[in-house]
Amino acid sequence: MIWATILMAIREIRRNTMRSILTTLGIVIGVGSVIAMVTLGRGATAKITADIASMGTNLLIVMPGAERRGPTSGAASPLKLDDARAIEREVAAVSKVAPTSGRSALVVYGNKNYNTGVTGTTNEYFAVRGFTMALGQSFSDAQLQGGTPVCILGATVRKELFGPQDPIGATLRVGAVPCTVVGVLSSKGQSTFGSDQDDFIVMPLSAFHRRIAGNTDVNTIFVSAVSDKATTKAKEQISLLMRERRHLAAAQQDDFMVQDMKEISKTLGNVTGALTALLGAIAGVSLLVGGIGIMNIMLVSVTERTREIGLRLAIGARGSEVLLQFLIEAITLSTLGGAIGVLFGLGISLAATRALKLPFTVVPDIILIAFAFSATVGVAFGFLPARKASRLNPIAALRHE
Amino acid sequence: MSGPPLVELRDVTKVYGQGESEVRALAGANLRIDDGEFVAVMGASGSGKSTCLNVVGCLDQPTSGAYLFRGVDVGALDLDQLALLRKHYLGFVFQSYNLLARTTAVENVELPLIYRGVSASERRARAMQALSDVGLESRAKHTPAELSGGQQQRVAIARAIVTAPQMLLADEPTGNLDSARKVDIMNLLVDLNRTRKITIVMVTHEPDMAEYTTRTVLFKDGVVESDSKPGAEDRTVVRSGSDQSKGLP
Ligand SMILES: Nc1ncnc2c1ncn2[C@@H]1O[C@H](COP(=O)(O)OP(=O)(O)OP(=O)(O)O)[C@@H](O)[C@H]1O
Ligand SMILES: [Mg+2]
Repeated sequence: MIWATILMAIREIRRNTMRSILTTLGIVIGVGSVIAMVTLGRGATAKITADIASMGTNLLIVMPGAERRGPTSGAASPLKLDDARAIEREVAAVSKVAPTSGRSALVVYGNKNYNTGVTGTTNEYFAVRGFTMALGQSFSDAQLQGGTPVCILGATVRKELFGPQDPIGATLRVGAVPCTVVGVLSSKGQSTFGSDQDDFIVMPLSAFHRRIAGNTDVNTIFVSAVSDKATTKAKEQISLLMRERRHLAAAQQDDFMVQDMKEISKTLGNVTGALTALLGAIAGVSLLVGGIGIMNIMLVSVTERTREIGLRLAIGARGSEVLLQFLIEAITLSTLGGAIGVLFGLGISLAATRALKLPFTVVPDIILIAFAFSATVGVAFGFLPARKASRLNPIAALRHE
Repeated sequence: MSGPPLVELRDVTKVYGQGESEVRALAGANLRIDDGEFVAVMGASGSGKSTCLNVVGCLDQPTSGAYLFRGVDVGALDLDQLALLRKHYLGFVFQSYNLLARTTAVENVELPLIYRGVSASERRARAMQALSDVGLESRAKHTPAELSGGQQQRVAIARAIVTAPQMLLADEPTGNLDSARKVDIMNLLVDLNRTRKITIVMVTHEPDMAEYTTRTVLFKDGVVESDSKPGAEDRTVVRSGSDQSKGLP
């Protein structure tokens, strides 16, 4: 009997092709969109978190200039190499300090030229920023102290100027300065904000000051705290030290900034959390719309279904047998729609995450929730009117209008 | 051995609506039908024939009065017991056919057999037989939308007889047929009544059709006005097939 009822339910599904397709479609769209949106949101969050982690969560960045410009403050005086040395010497919570200075320059090799950023710094920079050497070596002490015109290439610059060739030992011109390549950095790819982190070359700070900048200013000091937890303390201590070194009176605002990557990452985390919530809400709406679609189709066909139930009752079916058939029909359509919807949603999110270079992670709880919701809607609205009809007199059901 | 009659209606009323719009479709109908009878139910339009047939077919419940099916008070049965009664004893031809749309003739005819647990191959064979009984085997694969009114009516008849019920209730089964077809169908019904001992209650407007039956009941304003079997209340009928008195499930 069960088997016969299942067969009958399947035949009914095929008999009412349009109704079945529309019901299934409602569920597919509902489930699919929720899964796609939430998976994308989670992917973006994961990507941003990973990016920030790759920048180093115990990273602090010291820059000249007030965080919020008051009406009276003029241009802040630049940082100096001694500031970096003082931080390294006097702040206990700090493990590595990399003073940097930079500007953009045209780099020429053979008949190729390429516009990129030139950063003067020390070997600490690589550790603080999480770069490793892909080829060659970092700077020697002699090169760092003597201001030797050598450079290390970011992966993008290497590709642009040398292609597959070995760049080590080659001499290129940075602006007007001839410079020997001693190494190539490993690639870090795009930053969270979309900029290419490999598009630059590095020189010893002394060489940069002497040959390119013509001054001894430091733009930015990258500082690595001893641990993840020490960042807040390190930030406070650096601020105090810098106020002292820059002779700020108690009433004066800071004319420099100490940025904590962890705070930035928290802020970004909030933003992406909000983004995920927003996408989830949009998806929830489409789930609801899909649900209403299912509801509509079921209710539109309720008259025909009620009459059909009346007929089945009249020719000898029991209410429970008719109900079982309608239940199987509703469950079949809902599960089918749900399954297609899950595949559809995962397919879309896979394609979208590929296109946006985001990590693709399956979020099982959302799949479950979406599936359960549409299955409930499908079953409820397929089944409840049927249950009502199956309790009528056959004649009352047959006469339903 | 004479058990209770197959059908007994006692002062049955059926009231639709309330107050001003109240309609008394049945206003105290008394009727007794014994096994093996072939009854024609006649009467003006709106006189309560279909309503009476629905009550007898356990498709509808009377407002008051009692309906005894083989002595069992149908009013006391629950929905499932009524369904079993319909399944085991009754076949119904509706005035408006009530075929399933987008479903072929043979599938429509098979439908009652599904609920009787008949295997798929036997279902098909019996449905085809019933269709050929009504002269429609060549239209087995057509859906109701592709059939004429008379053809749909014959599919409805085939669906009612395919289960070989003890009692066949037919609401104007020849209403849409040409005279040749009418004769065919009436001969079929007479044959079912005589050889298969199926009790038949048939609503008709045509005295010609009533000729084929063994008894005519005339309805007027919801009551039985006349009955061609005088003294039907006395138990003088020759009872056929007391072997059918299986009792209720
Ligand atoms: N569901 C209903 N609601 C209200 N009134 C109804 C309903 N069904 C039947 N009636 C009324 O009950 C009366 C008897 O109807 P019924 O269908 O039994 O007539 P009938 O004798 O079969 O007529 P016909 O020969 O036209 O088929 C009619 O006046 C009809 O309007
Ligand atoms: Mg009628």
